Amino acid sequence: MSAPILAISNLSAMSDRDRTPILRDVSLEVERGETRGLVGESGAGKSTIAKAILGILPRTVRVTGGQVRFEGADLLAMPAGPLRRLIGERIALIPQDPMTALNPGRRIEAQLTDGPRLWRGLDARAARTLSLKLLDEVHIRDPERVLRSFPHELSGGMRQRVLIAAAFALEPRLIVADEPTTALDVTVQKQILRLIRNMQSAHGTAVIFVTHNLGVVAQICDNVTLLFGGRVIEAGRTADLLEAPGHPYTRALLEACPRYDRPNAGLRPIPESVIANLRAELARARAPR
Amino acid sequence: MSDDLLVARDVEVAFGAGKSLFGAVKASVKVLQGVSIRIGRAETVGIVGESGSGKTTLGRALLRLVDVTSGEIHFDGQDITRLPETAMRPIRRRMQLIFQDPMASLNPRHTIRSIVLEPMIFHGVASNQADAEARARAIFDRFSLPAACLDRYPHELSGGQRQRVGIARVALLAPDFVLADEIVSGLDVSTQAQALNLLKELSRDLGLSMAFISHDLSVIRAVCDRVYVLRAGRIVEEGPCEEVFASPKDEYTRALLDAIPLPRIDPDWLARTTGAGSAGDMDGAK
Repeated sequence: MSAPILAISNLSAMSDRDRTPILRDVSLEVERGETRGLVGESGAGKSTIAKAILGILPRTVRVTGGQVRFEGADLLAMPAGPLRRLIGERIALIPQDPMTALNPGRRIEAQLTDGPRLWRGLDARAARTLSLKLLDEVHIRDPERVLRSFPHELSGGMRQRVLIAAAFALEPRLIVADEPTTALDVTVQKQILRLIRNMQSAHGTAVIFVTHNLGVVAQICDNVTLLFGGRVIEAGRTADLLEAPGHPYTRALLEACPRYDRPNAGLRPIPESVIANLRAELARARAPR
Repeated sequence: MSDDLLVARDVEVAFGAGKSLFGAVKASVKVLQGVSIRIGRAETVGIVGESGSGKTTLGRALLRLVDVTSGEIHFDGQDITRLPETAMRPIRRRMQLIFQDPMASLNPRHTIRSIVLEPMIFHGVASNQADAEARARAIFDRFSLPAACLDRYPHELSGGQRQRVGIARVALLAPDFVLADEIVSGLDVSTQAQALNLLKELSRDLGLSMAFISHDLSVIRAVCDRVYVLRAGRIVEEGPCEEVFASPKDEYTRALLDAIPLPRIDPDWLARTTGAGSAGDMDGAK
Protein backbone atom coordinates (compact mmCIF):
# COMPACT_ATOMS: atom_id res chain seq x y z
CA MET A 1 0.00 0.00 0.00
CA SER A 2 1.20 3.49 -0.75
CA ALA A 3 1.38 6.10 1.97
CA PRO A 4 -2.06 7.15 3.16
CA ILE A 5 -3.40 10.49 1.97
CA LEU A 6 -4.55 11.37 5.44
CA ALA A 7 -3.11 10.07 8.68
CA ILE A 8 -4.51 11.24 11.99
CA SER A 9 -2.48 9.99 14.91
CA ASN A 10 -3.30 10.20 18.61
CA LEU A 11 -5.34 13.34 18.16
CA SER A 12 -6.67 14.70 21.44
CA ALA A 13 -8.64 17.87 22.02
CA MET A 14 -10.59 19.47 24.80
CA SER A 15 -13.02 22.28 25.32
CA ASP A 16 -11.23 25.47 26.23
CA ARG A 17 -14.09 26.53 28.49
CA ASP A 18 -14.61 23.63 30.84
CA ARG A 19 -11.65 21.43 29.86
CA THR A 20 -13.89 18.48 29.02
CA PRO A 21 -12.23 16.10 26.57
CA ILE A 22 -13.69 16.23 23.04
CA LEU A 23 -11.29 13.88 21.27
CA ARG A 24 -9.23 11.23 23.00
CA ASP A 25 -6.26 9.71 21.25
CA VAL A 26 -7.98 9.36 17.88
CA SER A 27 -6.03 7.66 15.10
CA LEU A 28 -7.23 6.88 11.59
CA GLU A 29 -5.86 6.65 8.07
CA VAL A 30 -7.39 7.19 4.66
CA GLU A 31 -5.87 5.70 1.52
CA ARG A 32 -6.08 7.13 -1.97
CA GLY A 33 -9.57 6.58 -3.40
CA GLU A 34 -10.90 5.06 -0.18
CA THR A 35 -14.21 5.93 1.44
CA ARG A 36 -13.85 5.99 5.19
CA GLY A 37 -16.98 6.28 7.32
CA LEU A 38 -16.74 8.37 10.47
CA VAL A 39 -19.66 7.17 12.54
CA GLY A 40 -21.12 7.94 15.92
CA GLU A 41 -24.06 9.44 17.72
CA SER A 42 -24.25 13.12 18.72
CA GLY A 43 -21.28 14.14 20.81
CA ALA A 44 -19.07 11.33 19.51
CA GLY A 45 -16.58 13.82 18.06
CA LYS A 46 -17.06 13.07 14.36
CA SER A 47 -17.67 16.70 13.39
CA THR A 48 -14.67 17.86 15.44
CA ILE A 49 -12.45 15.48 13.46
CA ALA A 50 -13.93 16.75 10.20
CA LYS A 51 -13.27 20.34 11.28
CA ALA A 52 -9.70 19.52 12.28
CA ILE A 53 -9.06 18.13 8.78
CA LEU A 54 -10.58 21.22 7.16
CA GLY A 55 -8.66 23.61 9.42
CA ILE A 56 -11.83 25.14 10.79
CA LEU A 57 -11.73 24.07 14.43
CA PRO A 58 -13.55 26.64 16.55
CA ARG A 59 -11.37 28.65 18.92
CA THR A 60 -13.09 27.01 21.87
CA VAL A 61 -11.52 23.66 20.96
CA ARG A 62 -7.94 23.23 22.05
CA VAL A 63 -5.84 20.46 20.50
CA THR A 64 -3.81 18.88 23.28
CA GLY A 65 -1.84 16.36 21.30
CA GLY A 66 -1.43 14.36 18.12
CA GLN A 67 -1.11 15.09 14.44
CA VAL A 68 -3.24 15.45 11.34
CA ARG A 69 -0.98 14.59 8.41
CA PHE A 70 -2.26 15.25 4.91
CA GLU A 71 0.05 14.00 2.16
CA GLY A 72 2.81 14.10 4.72
CA ALA A 73 2.30 17.67 5.94
CA ASP A 74 1.18 18.20 9.53
CA LEU A 75 -1.86 20.44 9.18
CA LEU A 76 -1.89 21.39 12.85
CA ALA A 77 1.68 22.71 12.69
CA MET A 78 1.37 24.70 9.46
CA PRO A 79 1.20 28.51 9.42
CA ALA A 80 -2.19 29.91 8.47
CA GLY A 81 -1.39 31.13 4.93
CA PRO A 82 0.10 27.93 3.44
CA LEU A 83 -2.50 25.88 5.38
CA ARG A 84 -5.33 27.80 3.78
CA ARG A 85 -3.82 27.32 0.33
CA LEU A 86 -3.21 23.59 0.86
CA ILE A 87 -6.72 22.93 2.13
CA GLY A 88 -8.32 25.22 -0.44
CA GLU A 89 -6.66 23.39 -3.30
CA ARG A 90 -6.65 19.79 -2.17
CA ILE A 91 -9.39 19.21 0.38
CA ALA A 92 -13.07 19.90 -0.24
CA LEU A 93 -16.23 19.73 1.83
CA ILE A 94 -19.67 18.49 0.94
CA PRO A 95 -21.76 20.04 3.71
CA GLN A 96 -24.87 18.75 5.43
CA ASP A 97 -27.36 21.46 4.66
CA PRO A 98 -27.25 22.62 1.07
CA MET A 99 -29.41 25.64 1.87
CA THR A 100 -27.14 27.21 4.46
CA ALA A 101 -23.96 26.28 2.62
CA LEU A 102 -24.90 28.31 -0.44
CA ASN A 103 -25.08 32.08 -0.25
CA PRO A 104 -28.76 32.92 -0.84
CA GLY A 105 -27.92 36.26 -2.43
CA ARG A 106 -25.50 35.08 -5.12
CA ARG A 107 -26.19 33.18 -8.31
CA ILE A 108 -24.90 29.62 -8.59
CA GLU A 109 -22.42 30.71 -11.26
CA ALA A 110 -20.63 33.10 -8.91
CA GLN A 111 -20.48 30.47 -6.18
CA LEU A 112 -19.25 27.66 -8.43
CA THR A 113 -16.53 29.72 -10.09
CA ASP A 114 -15.09 31.17 -6.86
CA GLY A 115 -12.79 28.22 -6.16
CA PRO A 116 -11.36 27.75 -9.67
CA ARG A 117 -10.77 31.50 -10.05
CA LEU A 118 -9.10 31.86 -6.68
CA TRP A 119 -6.99 28.71 -6.55
CA ARG A 120 -6.46 27.86 -10.21
CA GLY A 121 -6.29 31.42 -11.49
CA LEU A 122 -8.89 30.72 -14.20
CA ASP A 123 -10.55 33.70 -15.87
CA ALA A 124 -14.32 34.09 -15.79
CA ARG A 125 -14.87 32.38 -19.13
CA ALA A 126 -12.71 29.34 -18.32
CA ALA A 127 -14.25 29.01 -14.87
CA ARG A 128 -17.69 29.12 -16.44
CA THR A 129 -16.79 26.39 -18.94
CA LEU A 130 -15.48 24.25 -16.09
CA SER A 131 -18.68 24.83 -14.08
CA LEU A 132 -20.87 23.77 -17.00
CA LYS A 133 -18.84 20.60 -17.40
CA LEU A 134 -19.11 19.83 -13.69
CA LEU A 135 -22.87 20.44 -13.59
CA ASP A 136 -23.22 18.09 -16.51
CA GLU A 137 -21.15 15.52 -14.63
CA VAL A 138 -23.53 15.66 -11.66
CA HIS A 139 -26.45 15.04 -14.05
CA ILE A 140 -27.97 18.47 -14.06
CA ARG A 141 -29.90 18.67 -17.29
CA ASP A 142 -30.01 22.39 -17.88
CA PRO A 143 -26.65 23.65 -16.57
CA GLU A 144 -26.98 27.08 -18.21
CA ARG A 145 -30.20 27.74 -16.39
CA VAL A 146 -28.87 26.43 -13.07
CA LEU A 147 -25.84 28.75 -13.34
CA ARG A 148 -28.22 31.70 -13.60
CA SER A 149 -30.35 30.52 -10.67
CA PHE A 150 -30.30 31.56 -7.05
CA PRO A 151 -30.15 28.76 -4.46
CA HIS A 152 -33.81 29.13 -3.46
CA GLU A 153 -34.87 28.39 -7.03
CA LEU A 154 -33.44 24.87 -6.78
CA SER A 155 -34.77 21.83 -4.93
CA GLY A 156 -32.79 20.32 -2.05
CA GLY A 157 -31.45 17.52 -4.22
CA MET A 158 -30.41 19.98 -6.94
CA ARG A 159 -28.61 22.17 -4.41
CA GLN A 160 -26.74 19.14 -3.11
CA ARG A 161 -25.72 18.29 -6.70
CA VAL A 162 -24.39 21.82 -7.14
CA LEU A 163 -22.34 21.46 -3.96
CA ILE A 164 -20.94 18.14 -5.13
CA ALA A 165 -19.93 19.79 -8.40
CA ALA A 166 -18.27 22.57 -6.39
CA ALA A 167 -16.44 20.03 -4.21
CA PHE A 168 -14.93 18.29 -7.24
CA ALA A 169 -14.12 21.53 -9.08
CA LEU A 170 -10.47 21.62 -8.02
CA GLU A 171 -9.84 17.87 -8.33
CA PRO A 172 -9.23 17.54 -4.58
CA ARG A 173 -7.39 14.54 -3.16
CA LEU A 174 -9.74 14.31 -0.22
CA ILE A 175 -13.39 15.21 0.27
CA VAL A 176 -14.98 15.51 3.67
CA ALA A 177 -18.67 14.71 3.28
CA ASP A 178 -20.42 15.87 6.46
CA GLU A 179 -23.81 14.12 6.65
CA PRO A 180 -24.45 15.16 3.04
CA THR A 181 -27.76 13.31 2.71
CA THR A 182 -29.33 13.70 6.14
CA ALA A 183 -31.65 16.49 4.99
CA LEU A 184 -32.82 14.68 1.85
CA ASP A 185 -35.67 12.31 0.99
CA VAL A 186 -34.61 8.68 0.74
CA THR A 187 -34.92 8.41 -3.04
CA VAL A 188 -32.90 11.60 -3.50
CA GLN A 189 -30.43 10.37 -0.89
CA LYS A 190 -29.82 7.27 -2.96
CA GLN A 191 -29.19 9.31 -6.11
CA ILE A 192 -26.76 11.57 -4.25
CA LEU A 193 -24.90 8.62 -2.72
CA ARG A 194 -24.59 7.04 -6.14
CA LEU A 195 -23.37 10.32 -7.56
CA ILE A 196 -20.71 10.76 -4.88
CA ARG A 197 -19.53 7.21 -5.47
CA ASN A 198 -19.37 7.64 -9.27
CA MET A 199 -17.61 11.01 -9.09
CA GLN A 200 -15.18 9.60 -6.59
CA SER A 201 -14.18 6.64 -8.73
CA ALA A 202 -13.94 8.80 -11.84
CA HIS A 203 -11.65 11.28 -10.06
CA GLY A 204 -9.81 8.90 -7.73
CA THR A 205 -10.72 11.00 -4.70
CA ALA A 206 -10.64 9.76 -1.12
CA VAL A 207 -13.75 10.53 0.93
CA ILE A 208 -14.33 10.84 4.64
CA PHE A 209 -18.02 10.24 5.08
CA VAL A 210 -19.38 11.60 8.35
CA THR A 211 -22.74 10.07 9.25
CA HIS A 212 -24.81 8.59 12.01
CA ASN A 213 -26.66 6.30 9.61
CA LEU A 214 -25.26 2.77 9.64
CA GLY A 215 -27.32 1.93 6.57
CA VAL A 216 -25.57 4.63 4.57
CA VAL A 217 -22.22 3.38 5.90
CA ALA A 218 -23.00 -0.16 4.77
CA GLN A 219 -23.73 0.98 1.24
CA ILE A 220 -20.97 3.49 0.60
CA CYS A 221 -17.99 3.07 2.94
CA ASP A 222 -15.07 0.71 2.43
CA ASN A 223 -13.91 1.16 6.00
CA VAL A 224 -15.41 2.56 9.16
CA THR A 225 -14.24 4.28 12.30
CA LEU A 226 -16.85 4.19 15.05
CA LEU A 227 -16.60 6.81 17.79
CA PHE A 228 -18.11 7.32 21.20
CA GLY A 229 -17.27 10.15 23.57
CA GLY A 230 -14.42 11.33 21.35
CA ARG A 231 -12.73 7.93 21.34
CA VAL A 232 -12.37 5.31 18.62
CA ILE A 233 -14.43 2.32 19.73
CA GLU A 234 -13.94 0.11 16.72
CA ALA A 235 -12.43 0.48 13.26
CA GLY A 236 -12.09 -1.81 10.32
CA ARG A 237 -13.61 -2.99 7.07
CA THR A 238 -17.29 -2.14 6.82
CA ALA A 239 -18.28 -5.74 6.15
CA ASP A 240 -16.39 -6.99 9.20
CA LEU A 241 -17.84 -4.34 11.46
CA LEU A 242 -21.41 -5.05 10.35
CA GLU A 243 -21.21 -8.80 10.18
CA ALA A 244 -18.94 -9.49 13.15
CA PRO A 245 -18.96 -6.42 15.39
CA GLY A 246 -16.16 -6.70 17.90
CA HIS A 247 -17.39 -4.24 20.50
CA PRO A 248 -20.64 -4.54 22.48
CA TYR A 249 -21.46 -0.90 21.61
CA THR A 250 -21.20 -1.62 17.87
CA ARG A 251 -23.53 -4.56 18.30
CA ALA A 252 -25.99 -2.53 20.38
CA LEU A 253 -26.00 0.28 17.84
CA LEU A 254 -26.79 -2.16 15.04
CA GLU A 255 -29.62 -3.66 17.05
CA ALA A 256 -31.13 -0.23 17.71
CA CYS A 257 -31.60 0.49 13.99
CA PRO A 258 -35.17 -0.05 12.81
CA ARG A 259 -35.15 -2.31 9.75
CA TYR A 260 -38.08 -2.84 7.44
CA ASP A 261 -36.62 -6.17 6.35
CA ARG A 262 -36.49 -7.49 9.92
CA PRO A 263 -39.40 -5.87 11.78
CA ASN A 264 -38.85 -7.86 14.95
CA ALA A 265 -35.11 -7.39 15.12
CA GLY A 266 -34.39 -3.66 15.38
CA LEU A 267 -35.39 -0.97 17.84
CA ARG A 268 -33.62 -2.45 20.86
CA PRO A 269 -32.54 0.49 22.99
CA ILE A 270 -28.84 0.44 23.80
CA PRO A 271 -28.53 -1.37 27.17
CA GLU A 272 -27.52 0.93 30.01
CA SER A 273 -24.75 -1.51 30.95
CA VAL A 274 -23.10 -0.98 27.55
CA ILE A 275 -23.10 2.79 28.00
CA ALA A 276 -21.92 2.48 31.62
CA ASN A 277 -19.00 0.28 30.52
CA LEU A 278 -18.08 2.76 27.80
CA ARG A 279 -18.06 5.61 30.29
CA ALA A 280 -15.92 3.58 32.66
CA GLU A 281 -13.48 2.89 29.81
CA LEU A 282 -13.32 6.60 29.06
CA ALA A 283 -12.71 7.46 32.71
CA ARG A 284 -9.90 4.90 32.92
CA ALA A 285 -8.29 6.25 29.77
CA ARG A 286 -8.37 9.77 31.16
CA ALA A 287 -6.63 8.85 34.42
CA PRO A 288 -2.89 9.59 34.35
CA ARG A 289 -0.82 6.60 33.47
CA MET B 1 -67.67 1.39 10.51
CA SER B 2 -68.14 1.80 14.21
CA ASP B 3 -64.73 0.50 15.22
CA ASP B 4 -62.92 3.32 13.45
CA LEU B 5 -62.04 6.29 15.63
CA LEU B 6 -61.00 8.69 12.93
CA VAL B 7 -62.20 8.63 9.34
CA ALA B 8 -61.34 10.97 6.48
CA ARG B 9 -63.46 10.60 3.37
CA ASP B 10 -62.45 11.91 -0.03
CA VAL B 11 -60.56 14.83 1.46
CA GLU B 12 -59.29 17.64 -0.70
CA VAL B 13 -57.16 20.50 0.61
CA ALA B 14 -56.24 23.42 -1.62
CA PHE B 15 -54.13 26.41 -0.70
CA GLY B 16 -53.82 29.85 -2.17
CA ALA B 17 -57.17 30.22 -3.86
CA GLY B 18 -58.64 33.70 -4.09
CA LYS B 19 -57.86 37.01 -5.63
CA SER B 20 -54.56 38.79 -5.73
CA LEU B 21 -54.10 42.38 -4.60
CA PHE B 22 -55.16 43.68 -8.01
CA GLY B 23 -58.15 41.42 -8.40
CA ALA B 24 -56.70 38.77 -10.66
CA VAL B 25 -58.04 35.33 -9.84
CA LYS B 26 -55.33 33.08 -8.44
CA ALA B 27 -55.51 29.38 -9.10
CA SER B 28 -55.33 27.22 -6.01
CA VAL B 29 -52.78 24.48 -5.46
CA LYS B 30 -54.33 21.16 -4.53
CA VAL B 31 -52.21 19.64 -1.82
CA LEU B 32 -54.47 16.66 -1.19
CA GLN B 33 -56.91 15.08 -3.61
CA GLY B 34 -59.46 12.36 -2.94
CA VAL B 35 -57.69 11.13 0.17
CA SER B 36 -59.61 8.63 2.30
CA ILE B 37 -58.11 7.07 5.38
CA ARG B 38 -59.41 5.41 8.53
CA ILE B 39 -57.76 4.83 11.86
CA GLY B 40 -59.24 2.12 14.04
CA ARG B 41 -59.39 2.15 17.83
CA ALA B 42 -56.03 1.22 19.34
CA GLU B 43 -54.63 1.05 15.86
CA THR B 44 -51.38 2.67 14.73
CA VAL B 45 -51.40 3.80 11.15
CA GLY B 46 -48.39 4.99 9.19
CA ILE B 47 -48.52 7.77 6.64
CA VAL B 48 -45.42 7.76 4.47
CA GLY B 49 -44.32 10.01 1.66
CA GLU B 50 -41.54 12.30 0.54
CA SER B 51 -41.33 16.05 0.98
CA GLY B 52 -44.22 17.71 -0.80
CA SER B 53 -46.38 14.58 -0.77
CA GLY B 54 -48.92 16.25 1.53
CA LYS B 55 -48.40 14.01 4.54
CA THR B 56 -48.09 16.84 7.04
CA THR B 57 -51.13 18.61 5.56
CA LEU B 58 -53.12 15.39 5.87
CA GLY B 59 -52.16 15.15 9.53
CA ARG B 60 -53.20 18.73 10.14
CA ALA B 61 -56.49 18.18 8.34
CA LEU B 62 -57.23 15.17 10.55
CA LEU B 63 -56.78 17.40 13.61
CA ARG B 64 -58.84 20.21 12.05
CA LEU B 65 -55.78 22.46 12.06
CA VAL B 66 -56.34 23.18 8.37
CA ASP B 67 -59.76 23.26 6.76
CA VAL B 68 -60.57 20.85 3.99
CA THR B 69 -61.88 22.20 0.69
CA SER B 70 -64.11 19.19 0.27
CA GLY B 71 -64.64 15.81 1.88
CA GLU B 72 -65.47 14.84 5.45
CA ILE B 73 -63.67 14.11 8.67
CA HIS B 74 -65.35 12.05 11.38
CA PHE B 75 -64.03 11.59 14.89
CA ASP B 76 -65.60 8.99 17.15
CA GLY B 77 -68.72 8.90 15.02
CA GLN B 78 -69.16 12.67 14.90
CA ASP B 79 -68.73 14.75 11.76
CA ILE B 80 -66.17 17.40 12.71
CA THR B 81 -65.52 18.72 9.21
CA ARG B 82 -67.19 22.08 9.83
CA LEU B 83 -67.57 22.03 13.59
CA PRO B 84 -67.10 25.54 15.05
CA GLU B 85 -64.09 26.04 17.32
CA THR B 86 -66.20 26.22 20.50
CA ALA B 87 -67.66 22.82 19.73
CA MET B 88 -64.21 21.51 18.81
CA ARG B 89 -62.70 22.45 22.16
CA PRO B 90 -63.78 19.40 24.17
CA ILE B 91 -62.63 17.22 21.28
CA ARG B 92 -59.24 18.93 21.16
CA ARG B 93 -58.05 17.25 24.35
CA ARG B 94 -58.89 13.89 22.86
CA MET B 95 -56.79 14.44 19.74
CA GLN B 96 -53.21 15.43 20.42
CA LEU B 97 -50.13 16.18 18.39
CA ILE B 98 -46.49 15.31 19.07
CA PHE B 99 -44.28 17.68 17.16
CA GLN B 100 -41.36 17.04 14.90
CA ASP B 101 -38.91 19.33 16.62
CA PRO B 102 -39.25 19.38 20.39
CA MET B 103 -36.90 22.34 20.62
CA ALA B 104 -39.24 24.44 18.51
CA SER B 105 -42.46 23.21 20.10
CA LEU B 106 -41.55 23.62 23.77
CA ASN B 107 -41.72 27.26 24.85
CA PRO B 108 -38.12 28.20 25.67
CA ARG B 109 -39.20 30.65 28.38
CA HIS B 110 -41.28 28.19 30.34
CA THR B 111 -39.99 25.56 32.70
CA ILE B 112 -40.71 21.95 31.85
CA ARG B 113 -43.07 21.98 34.85
CA SER B 114 -45.36 24.62 33.42
CA ILE B 115 -45.12 23.10 29.93
CA VAL B 116 -46.29 19.76 31.27
CA LEU B 117 -48.74 20.83 33.99
CA GLU B 118 -50.60 23.70 32.31
CA PRO B 119 -52.34 21.61 29.62
CA MET B 120 -53.56 19.17 32.28
CA ILE B 121 -55.14 21.99 34.26
CA PHE B 122 -56.49 23.76 31.17
CA HIS B 123 -58.22 20.61 29.93
CA GLY B 124 -59.38 19.68 33.43
CA VAL B 125 -57.53 16.38 33.44
CA ALA B 126 -55.98 17.17 36.82
CA SER B 127 -58.12 18.65 39.57
CA ASN B 128 -55.39 20.88 40.99
CA GLN B 129 -51.70 21.71 40.84
CA ALA B 130 -50.70 18.99 43.32
CA ASP B 131 -52.63 16.36 41.40
CA ALA B 132 -51.05 17.47 38.12
CA GLU B 133 -47.59 17.44 39.69
CA ALA B 134 -48.07 13.92 41.03
CA ARG B 135 -49.20 12.66 37.63
CA ALA B 136 -46.27 14.33 35.90
CA ARG B 137 -43.78 12.82 38.35
CA ALA B 138 -45.23 9.37 37.83
CA ILE B 139 -44.94 9.53 34.06
CA PHE B 140 -41.46 11.12 34.19
CA ASP B 141 -40.38 8.20 36.31
CA ARG B 142 -41.77 5.77 33.79
CA PHE B 143 -40.05 7.62 30.93
CA SER B 144 -36.69 7.60 32.80
CA LEU B 145 -36.77 11.38 33.02
CA PRO B 146 -35.30 12.66 36.29
CA ALA B 147 -37.87 14.61 38.33
CA ALA B 148 -35.32 17.43 38.46
CA CYS B 149 -36.11 18.02 34.77
CA LEU B 150 -39.35 19.68 35.87
CA ASP B 151 -37.38 22.70 37.08
CA ARG B 152 -35.32 22.97 33.91
CA TYR B 153 -35.86 24.92 30.72
CA PRO B 154 -36.12 23.09 27.37
CA HIS B 155 -32.61 24.06 26.24
CA GLU B 156 -31.12 22.43 29.33
CA LEU B 157 -32.34 18.97 28.28
CA SER B 158 -30.84 16.64 25.71
CA GLY B 159 -32.67 16.03 22.42
CA GLY B 160 -33.88 12.63 23.59
CA GLN B 161 -35.13 14.06 26.89
CA ARG B 162 -36.99 16.86 25.12
CA GLN B 163 -38.67 14.37 22.83
CA ARG B 164 -39.73 12.31 25.85
CA VAL B 165 -41.10 15.44 27.53
CA GLY B 166 -43.13 16.08 24.37
CA ILE B 167 -44.53 12.56 24.52
CA ALA B 168 -45.16 12.76 28.28
CA ARG B 169 -47.06 16.02 27.94
CA VAL B 170 -49.38 14.45 25.41
CA ALA B 171 -49.76 11.16 27.29
CA LEU B 172 -50.79 13.02 30.46
CA LEU B 173 -53.88 14.38 28.69
CA ALA B 174 -55.13 10.84 28.14
CA PRO B 175 -56.05 11.45 24.50
CA ASP B 176 -57.82 8.93 22.27
CA PHE B 177 -55.84 9.87 19.20
CA VAL B 178 -52.26 11.02 18.80
CA LEU B 179 -50.67 12.34 15.65
CA ALA B 180 -46.89 11.92 15.60
CA ASP B 181 -45.33 13.94 12.80
CA GLU B 182 -41.74 12.89 11.96
CA ILE B 183 -40.98 12.76 15.64
CA VAL B 184 -37.78 10.76 15.43
CA SER B 185 -36.17 12.07 12.26
CA GLY B 186 -33.61 14.25 14.03
CA LEU B 187 -32.67 11.76 16.74
CA ASP B 188 -29.76 9.36 17.12
CA VAL B 189 -30.70 5.71 16.61
CA SER B 190 -30.39 4.94 20.31
CA THR B 191 -32.73 7.76 21.36
CA GLN B 192 -34.96 6.98 18.40
CA ALA B 193 -35.37 3.39 19.57
CA GLN B 194 -36.19 4.63 23.06
CA ALA B 195 -38.84 7.11 21.88
CA LEU B 196 -40.47 4.63 19.50
CA ASN B 197 -40.63 1.94 22.16
CA LEU B 198 -42.27 4.39 24.56
CA LEU B 199 -44.91 5.22 21.99
CA LYS B 200 -45.57 1.56 21.28
CA GLU B 201 -45.97 0.90 25.00
CA LEU B 202 -48.30 3.87 25.44
CA SER B 203 -50.54 2.92 22.56
CA ARG B 204 -50.80 -0.58 23.96
CA ASP B 205 -51.39 0.42 27.58
CA LEU B 206 -53.78 3.30 26.93
CA GLY B 207 -55.46 1.81 23.87
CA LEU B 208 -54.41 4.87 21.87
CA SER B 209 -55.05 5.32 18.19
CA MET B 210 -52.08 6.80 16.41
CA ALA B 211 -51.18 8.23 13.07
CA PHE B 212 -47.49 8.11 12.50
CA ILE B 213 -46.15 10.39 9.79
CA SER B 214 -42.69 9.61 8.49
CA HIS B 215 -40.54 9.46 5.40
CA ASP B 216 -38.72 6.47 6.85
CA LEU B 217 -40.36 3.17 5.99
CA SER B 218 -38.19 1.29 8.46
CA VAL B 219 -39.61 3.37 11.30
CA ILE B 220 -43.16 2.88 10.00
CA ARG B 221 -42.62 -0.86 9.78
CA ALA B 222 -41.41 -0.94 13.37
CA VAL B 223 -44.43 0.76 14.93
CA CYS B 224 -47.44 0.65 12.60
CA ASP B 225 -50.19 -1.86 11.91
CA ARG B 226 -51.23 -0.42 8.57
CA VAL B 227 -49.65 2.04 6.18
CA TYR B 228 -50.80 4.60 3.61
CA VAL B 229 -48.33 5.67 0.93
CA LEU B 230 -48.86 9.23 -0.20
CA ARG B 231 -47.47 10.70 -3.39
CA ALA B 232 -48.21 14.18 -4.73
CA GLY B 233 -51.36 14.50 -2.63
CA ARG B 234 -52.89 11.12 -3.49
CA ILE B 235 -52.78 7.76 -1.80
CA VAL B 236 -51.03 5.34 -4.11
CA GLU B 237 -51.07 2.30 -1.85
CA GLU B 238 -52.49 1.17 1.47
CA GLY B 239 -52.66 -2.00 3.48
CA PRO B 240 -51.37 -3.92 6.47
CA CYS B 241 -47.63 -3.40 6.93
CA GLU B 242 -46.77 -7.08 6.46
CA GLU B 243 -48.43 -7.09 3.04
CA VAL B 244 -47.23 -3.75 1.75
CA PHE B 245 -43.67 -4.39 2.84
CA ALA B 246 -43.56 -7.99 1.62
CA SER B 247 -45.11 -7.32 -1.78
CA PRO B 248 -45.56 -3.63 -2.58
CA LYS B 249 -47.99 -3.23 -5.48
CA ASP B 250 -47.29 0.33 -6.47
CA GLU B 251 -44.05 1.12 -8.22
CA TYR B 252 -43.55 4.20 -6.07
CA THR B 253 -43.77 2.16 -2.86
CA ARG B 254 -41.21 -0.21 -4.30
CA ALA B 255 -38.91 2.70 -5.14
CA LEU B 256 -39.29 4.10 -1.61
CA LEU B 257 -38.46 0.73 -0.08
CA ASP B 258 -35.51 0.13 -2.32
CA ALA B 259 -34.10 3.56 -1.54
CA ILE B 260 -33.66 2.74 2.15
CA PRO B 261 -30.06 1.85 2.90
CA LEU B 262 -30.01 -1.08 5.31
CA PRO B 263 -27.09 -1.79 7.63
CA ARG B 264 -26.09 -4.90 5.73
CA ILE B 265 -23.68 -5.50 2.88
CA ASP B 266 -25.51 -5.36 -0.45
CA PRO B 267 -22.98 -4.73 -3.24
CA ASP B 268 -25.64 -4.04 -5.87
CA TRP B 269 -27.74 -1.62 -3.85
CA LEU B 270 -26.10 1.59 -5.03
CA ALA B 271 -26.35 0.71 -8.71
CA ARG B 272 -29.89 -0.68 -8.50
CA THR B 273 -32.63 1.59 -9.81
CA THR B 274 -36.33 0.98 -9.54
CA GLY B 275 -38.61 2.09 -12.32
CA ALA B 276 -40.58 4.84 -10.64
CA GLY B 277 -37.49 6.56 -9.27
CA SER B 278 -37.94 9.64 -7.18
CA ALA B 279 -40.36 12.47 -7.41
CA GLY B 280 -38.24 13.76 -10.26
CA ASP B 281 -35.21 15.40 -8.81
CA MET B 282 -33.25 14.65 -11.96
CA ASP B 283 -34.99 17.49 -13.79
CA GLY B 284 -33.39 20.81 -14.37
CA ALA B 285 -34.11 23.75 -12.13
CA LYS B 286 -37.51 23.70 -10.51
